[in-house]
Amino acid sequence: MSVLSRTTELVDPVPGDGAPHLPDQPDLVQLLTPEGERVEHPDYSLDVSAEELRALYRDLVLVRRWDVEATALQRQGELGLWASLQGQEAAQVGAGRAMAAADMAFPTYREHGVAWTRDVDPLHVMSLFRGVDQGGWDPVATRFNLYTVVIGAQTLHATGYAMGMQRDGADGAALAFLGDGATSQGEVNEAMIWAATFAAPVVFFCQNNQYAISAPIERQSRVPLFQRASGFGFPGVRVDGNDVLAVLAVTRAALAAAREGSGPTFIEAFTYRMGAHTTSDDPSRYRLASELEEWALRDPIARLKAHLARTGAADRDFFDAVDAEGDELAVRIRTGTREMPDPAGTEIFDHVYAETTPELAQQRAEFVAYHASFEEA
Amino acid sequence: MTDTLTLGKALNLGLRRAMEDDAKVVLMGEDIGRLGGVFRITDGLQKDFGEQRVVDTPLGEAGILGTAVGLAMRGYRPVCEIQFDGFVFPAYNQIVTQVAKLHARSRGRLPMPIVIRIPFGGGIGAVEHHSESPEAYFAHTAGLKVVAVSSPADAYWGIQQAVAHPDPVVFLEPKRRYWEKGVVDTDATPGPLFGSRVVRGGDDVTVLAYGPMVKTVLQAAEVAAGEGRSLEVVDLRTLSPLDLDPVYDSVRRTGRCVVVHEAPVTLGLGAEIAARVTETCFHSLEAPVLRVGGYDTPYPPSKLEEDYLPDLDRVLDAVDRSLGF
Repeated sequence: MSVLSRTTELVDPVPGDGAPHLPDQPDLVQLLTPEGERVEHPDYSLDVSAEELRALYRDLVLVRRWDVEATALQRQGELGLWASLQGQEAAQVGAGRAMAAADMAFPTYREHGVAWTRDVDPLHVMSLFRGVDQGGWDPVATRFNLYTVVIGAQTLHATGYAMGMQRDGADGAALAFLGDGATSQGEVNEAMIWAATFAAPVVFFCQNNQYAISAPIERQSRVPLFQRASGFGFPGVRVDGNDVLAVLAVTRAALAAAREGSGPTFIEAFTYRMGAHTTSDDPSRYRLASELEEWALRDPIARLKAHLARTGAADRDFFDAVDAEGDELAVRIRTGTREMPDPAGTEIFDHVYAETTPELAQQRAEFVAYHASFEEA
Repeated sequence: MTDTLTLGKALNLGLRRAMEDDAKVVLMGEDIGRLGGVFRITDGLQKDFGEQRVVDTPLGEAGILGTAVGLAMRGYRPVCEIQFDGFVFPAYNQIVTQVAKLHARSRGRLPMPIVIRIPFGGGIGAVEHHSESPEAYFAHTAGLKVVAVSSPADAYWGIQQAVAHPDPVVFLEPKRRYWEKGVVDTDATPGPLFGSRVVRGGDDVTVLAYGPMVKTVLQAAEVAAGEGRSLEVVDLRTLSPLDLDPVYDSVRRTGRCVVVHEAPVTLGLGAEIAARVTETCFHSLEAPVLRVGGYDTPYPPSKLEEDYLPDLDRVLDAVDRSLGF
């Protein structure tokens, strides 16, 4: 576990003279610079083939294409809402690809990139934001839990699930996703206490995208988030969340440690939400355009593309082919979303209980009779 | 085997049998292991089943319920003890937004066979937050089932039935009756968990109660009998779903109905029951359905709880008012 930082040194959380939200970061794990240059880190190495690099690039591009299409569909009235992941593609794809088949993910409502890595059909996510269902995928089969909207609640589910894995002697770990805002929730703190106490095989993957809707990270914490872990008694590490290679390496190491019985790790993926909180949000009310420009220079896709091009691991034909695949994906998502049938009204009543109650069965019958009365008229 | 047991001991034996029947049953809570629970309901279970099956948790009710959700997703059947009724609210978020909804949200893919045991009600001279009756909050929440036991036999069988049930069950235990004794036949075939029961036949007024108030109402019925009034007493037993068919049958004969609970009257269970009885038995009613319950105040300091809690006299007063219409 020596690879994982246990630093407790306090760092001024409020940037003094630099650009907002970009403090000096001596603790940041990075394997790929914003310019696309591969660098080494003393604690985290990653052997990655050209083929794997291309696969990661493809993931990033397709996930962003999906996200762009979903935002457009919301504007066209096809979705009620969309929570964009733009800027966080590397954090999500890196974490998702670090998972083994037996691991279990517990997402928030923004983890479309992780859903992608778990082979969740994008249309099953679209159906949620269209208002057709609460998420159409099978959380058991995909090992990707349903989205959780109440902030932080899923971290306890992940911890409990991990305790179950521990009891079963299963070779797997739970990966709990959360955001910077969630770290202020009592339930998240309880989850970390439980995880530490029982040495549960769970990894807390916090995407610090700098904002909880409008509230900046300074409103949530007076210390860098990864340093909180030491107070709970397990390692915390801050990784460049826009560096898919670093995220992959750090998350792999943490999941491996969890599976081996070393207990939890808290990962702070330092990133930035380039878009609005959701399509209902207006970030121009609370942050400066200059901040966005700073972070655009750290774009997760551009840096991997630069690396691939510079090293000759991919050529123009490859990039064009991925773009073309993105267009095809967008068409499939657009068409599939528009053609999604509305659910039957009786679905309101179905599945409330494993064993329905006489009361609910009666309400359902009355609902059916009421609607049938219009057809007869 | 037939034995005379306290309600608390009956729960203990019921939990023991549930754990023997299913290795996936895990008890979780504060001080339930070594100490056996502050009311000793889990006494001796950790010693016999081990720390993995009787888990002394950290002190956090949301943590207990939230990790129970994850364990349920993994195929376990968590039985969570909330130490006192007033301490359930830190877990309220997990219960209402997660436990209650996951089966529906997942369209049945994520069953939540979780039992939430809560010692509830007053009358033990406790400090604040130790005497609450929070049942209406849970009965109002779709996705939960809520039961309240009143006797050792129901406690013994009810806890086993709740543990075996596939849906989340809020299991309310009348803490001031933990030490009451009753006969339990451990070889009997229990009635359904989600059913009400006529516990005393009568002709003049139907009186409904659950949990700790069943005994109070039965005592009132005894006194009323001495005054020539015949009360039919129904132990509701299940608060969500409600099983009111036996109540309707009774009210159609008596024409009068009184509902008794410790919880505040306004928007309590009695309000829902009064509405349903009125809707269903309107032409049989000789008097409006009357409610007897706690006042719309915070639960008072213990020196005042006798003024707050419905007692024999307040039940009989309501019976008089019903008969006076």
